[in-house]
Amino acid sequence: MITLLKNGRIYDPAHQKNGVIEDIYLYQGRIIPKPVDDAKISQIYDLTGKVVMAGAIDMHSHIGGGKMNIARMMLPEYQQQYQQAQAIKNLTEPEAHICTPHCSHHAVPSATDTGFRYIEMGYTAAFEPAIMPVNARQAHLEMGDTPMIDKGGYAMLGSDDYFLRMLTANRDQKAINDYVAWILHATQAIGIKVVNPGGISAFKFNQRRLDLDENHSHYQVSPRAVLKSLSRAVHELGIAKPLHVHCNNLGAAGNFETTLNTMSASEGLPMHLTHIQFHSYGTEGDKKFSSAAAQIAEALNKNKHITTDVGQILFGQTVTASGDSMMQHLNAKHANPKKSVIMDIECDAGCGVLPFKYRDQNYVNALQWAIGLEIFLSVEDPWRIFLTTDHPNGAPFTSYPHLIRLLMDKTFRNEHFARLNLDAQAMSNLTSIEREYSLYEIAIMTRAGAGKLIGLNDCGHLGLGAQADITVYTDQTDREAMFSKPDYVFKNGELVVKNGQVVKVVWGATHTAKPAFDIGVEKDLKDYFNRYQTMQLDNFKISDAEIGDDGRNHVITNVHKG
Amino acid sequence: MKTQQETNDQTSATCPACGLLCDDLILNQTSPLAVKNACPKGIEFFERSFSANINVSPSIDGKPSDLASAVKKATEILQQSKSALFAGLGTEVQGMRAVIRLAKKTNATLDHLHSESSIRNTLALQNGGWLTTTLAEVKNRADVILAIGTDITSSHPRFFEKLVWNTESLFDKPTPEVIYIGAPAEKTKAGTAPDGKAPTTITADPNHLPEIVNTLSALLCKKKIHAQTAGSVALSELVSVVEKLKNAKYAVIVWSASSFKFSHAELTIQSIVQLINQLNETTRAAGLPLNSGDGDYSVNNASAWLSGYPTRSRFKNGRADYDSFHFSTKKQHNIADALLWISTFNPHEPPISHCPTIVIGHPDTKFERTPDVFIPVGIPGVDHTGLMFRMDSSITLPLKALQETQLPSLGEVIKQLETALSNTQAAKVKTA
Repeated sequence: MITLLKNGRIYDPAHQKNGVIEDIYLYQGRIIPKPVDDAKISQIYDLTGKVVMAGAIDMHSHIGGGKMNIARMMLPEYQQQYQQAQAIKNLTEPEAHICTPHCSHHAVPSATDTGFRYIEMGYTAAFEPAIMPVNARQAHLEMGDTPMIDKGGYAMLGSDDYFLRMLTANRDQKAINDYVAWILHATQAIGIKVVNPGGISAFKFNQRRLDLDENHSHYQVSPRAVLKSLSRAVHELGIAKPLHVHCNNLGAAGNFETTLNTMSASEGLPMHLTHIQFHSYGTEGDKKFSSAAAQIAEALNKNKHITTDVGQILFGQTVTASGDSMMQHLNAKHANPKKSVIMDIECDAGCGVLPFKYRDQNYVNALQWAIGLEIFLSVEDPWRIFLTTDHPNGAPFTSYPHLIRLLMDKTFRNEHFARLNLDAQAMSNLTSIEREYSLYEIAIMTRAGAGKLIGLNDCGHLGLGAQADITVYTDQTDREAMFSKPDYVFKNGELVVKNGQVVKVVWGATHTAKPAFDIGVEKDLKDYFNRYQTMQLDNFKISDAEIGDDGRNHVITNVHKG
Repeated sequence: MKTQQETNDQTSATCPACGLLCDDLILNQTSPLAVKNACPKGIEFFERSFSANINVSPSIDGKPSDLASAVKKATEILQQSKSALFAGLGTEVQGMRAVIRLAKKTNATLDHLHSESSIRNTLALQNGGWLTTTLAEVKNRADVILAIGTDITSSHPRFFEKLVWNTESLFDKPTPEVIYIGAPAEKTKAGTAPDGKAPTTITADPNHLPEIVNTLSALLCKKKIHAQTAGSVALSELVSVVEKLKNAKYAVIVWSASSFKFSHAELTIQSIVQLINQLNETTRAAGLPLNSGDGDYSVNNASAWLSGYPTRSRFKNGRADYDSFHFSTKKQHNIADALLWISTFNPHEPPISHCPTIVIGHPDTKFERTPDVFIPVGIPGVDHTGLMFRMDSSITLPLKALQETQLPSLGEVIKQLETALSNTQAAKVKTA
């Protein structure tokens, strides 16, 4: 039976629709053309005056895998404190964010809560940006238990011994490409991520920092070489998602130069620099920590092959969970509360998990907040910048509505700026930026752009044949309230959220990319696993059947048509 | 899928008998059972599992019954219960997923049979965190292995064979130097290298380990120590251990929370963590906590992502609560109003409880006191498939079903319980 969404104001940047009034027809989970026979319409939603967008897509959010589970085990107090606070609060009181009796607006929600909190905000897909290949099964188990939304992830390479060994041996690009494709298949990923290129491995050899053009002490290859090789592999394999790069020197004062230099590492091929806020720091001023947002934004505007997401920080208690064991170990002294988990993992990668409290009266934190917003507002092309907090590293994803308001409402932004540490205020030009994001631009950043970047064929837009993931909002001047609580969310054509509350539990799918490759690559890998690894090659690989084993989930293989 | 080494009668298998989770086993499926690459613990596990009585039927008050009646009786018990305890929890990820679903519906408290040990690690993790490593890092990188209070092989038999005496490694490292402190002396032979090089064995009363570990930390921080011995170990011996650790490129410090029998062992684990952190100021070193078994890490991990908390947790109106002290089996089994005991890998007996007891477990489980309901289930990795976390928590491996069985899996039984519970609830609503 056909559902009609009538008279909505449509924001669908993929089809250049900027607030046009149109009807949308849904049938069997898809958007279909206007039926010839009106009689088949079984349900009509009158959306007169409502804002209609595709379901939002979070292109970088740590929702599955070992790091988050370590955080959950290490930080039971987050959930406990939150529950206590909720018990005291009047639960019917309207909040800036949606609070239900089972609320979990803290940094380390369970998989179940993750799915619920996303869909309640109108998000219908989220992508785990750092699937460690050896840990991929766990990542998919966690994502498989995340209801309501579609999932997917980027497999982490660049500090794995097998790849670094290939680089040292000057293996040809085809061999690298086959390995990268094999990893995508084996880990059921849709993209490739590099974290502190070579650095996670270098830390295991007791190197404490690694610059872009500095050699790894054992393999004698540089991060630049890693990026060049992997960005080319991703490009030549023809997958849509550009190489996802967490640059060297995360969080270090003066790291903006590394970031600027990294932009040339792919030699003009597409590359995505993630959570760029954490990589945009200068060394000016008394405290030797300053904003380099202007330089970074200028370079982003110039370098059309680079895309980015911000990794905005927002004030409060969170936890930072990263594959970057090298920099997390260095930053462990800043952990708040003072504890950290650092791991070296399987000659493959590593991780570092530290709780963190961003405070508006702390000079560095206040400036980090301003730097993120400066970048958002100074990058001209909304198709090349994405809205993230690097959940949970900058802030929990549940703070997106607040962040959207900061971008769309200059008065609100300046009010918040005025509360910051005064020294930090003096070091930022944020109040001189007039720009306010439009609804159309928000729809680009959180829908059309994200879907296009990741290469999701049928998500992020409202074209005919698209997956019917649709969010309906009431247009309100308070954008935080508006984006916190959609009127309706449809997932695969079914109404799943009404007035910000889940009305039906559904299970999304897992998005992957499966480029063709030479299976001959397995011969050497098998030998490598037998000699050096501690698991069998066959057990490393995750089959489609495994993902769909529970009868709820299934694999969607996206084909890049570009 | 068969590997090249296999023939038609052979199948590869993953062994859930310990946390190493070896997946290179080859089983001969024709009688008599032969297992290639298995250790004594693995062979014992498979021999016991294959000879387990798969024809054993469920029972109610010790009298054989069919599955439907046993499920009905168990449902009645859970229906009447307001504060059930689900203990044992000897299962893998798929089983734990089902257990959590049932616990949510029945407001149950959850505790694993080895949590007296594993909670010590959890407490240390929650207090200050830690810096740890995984098996392939040990295999390819470790040049010094310090085992504190454990001989390692008793609980993880192939540790040395697979990870220490390997002749090939990625970075051409030397064969590691092995040091034991406070391990049972008669069991440290496994630490002798294939070339005959004996391990350094520092004999000590395990109850003195807290003192010894603190002394190691103090020595590493260059604190002046006036005593000549620490925990009756000569200071010079400890000085030499510290030197070896400092000079190592990648020292791995191994401990087993279950072998620390003294109270507040979490404080000693914290001291080990501090020692490792201090070493990492100048060189690289990492910890490797050994697990206790019966799916402890699978249960903790699945619990964490499903409820937000590791075990010892309790559900109330669908939401988990966490209390690592009060929600222990010891504290709860006599105040709970129903006990559901789960042990699928091994025939562990439930604790004797005054409340109605349901056992879903290994077919060969023997009882000192007959439970109200016993439902035998298949063994994951032998009778049923499953998913299991390795001791380093980074790797999850599939367990295979190796034989046909008529025994249901834990998940299937729980599914029936859930259906029966919702049916009786629905019936109640109707009559109301």
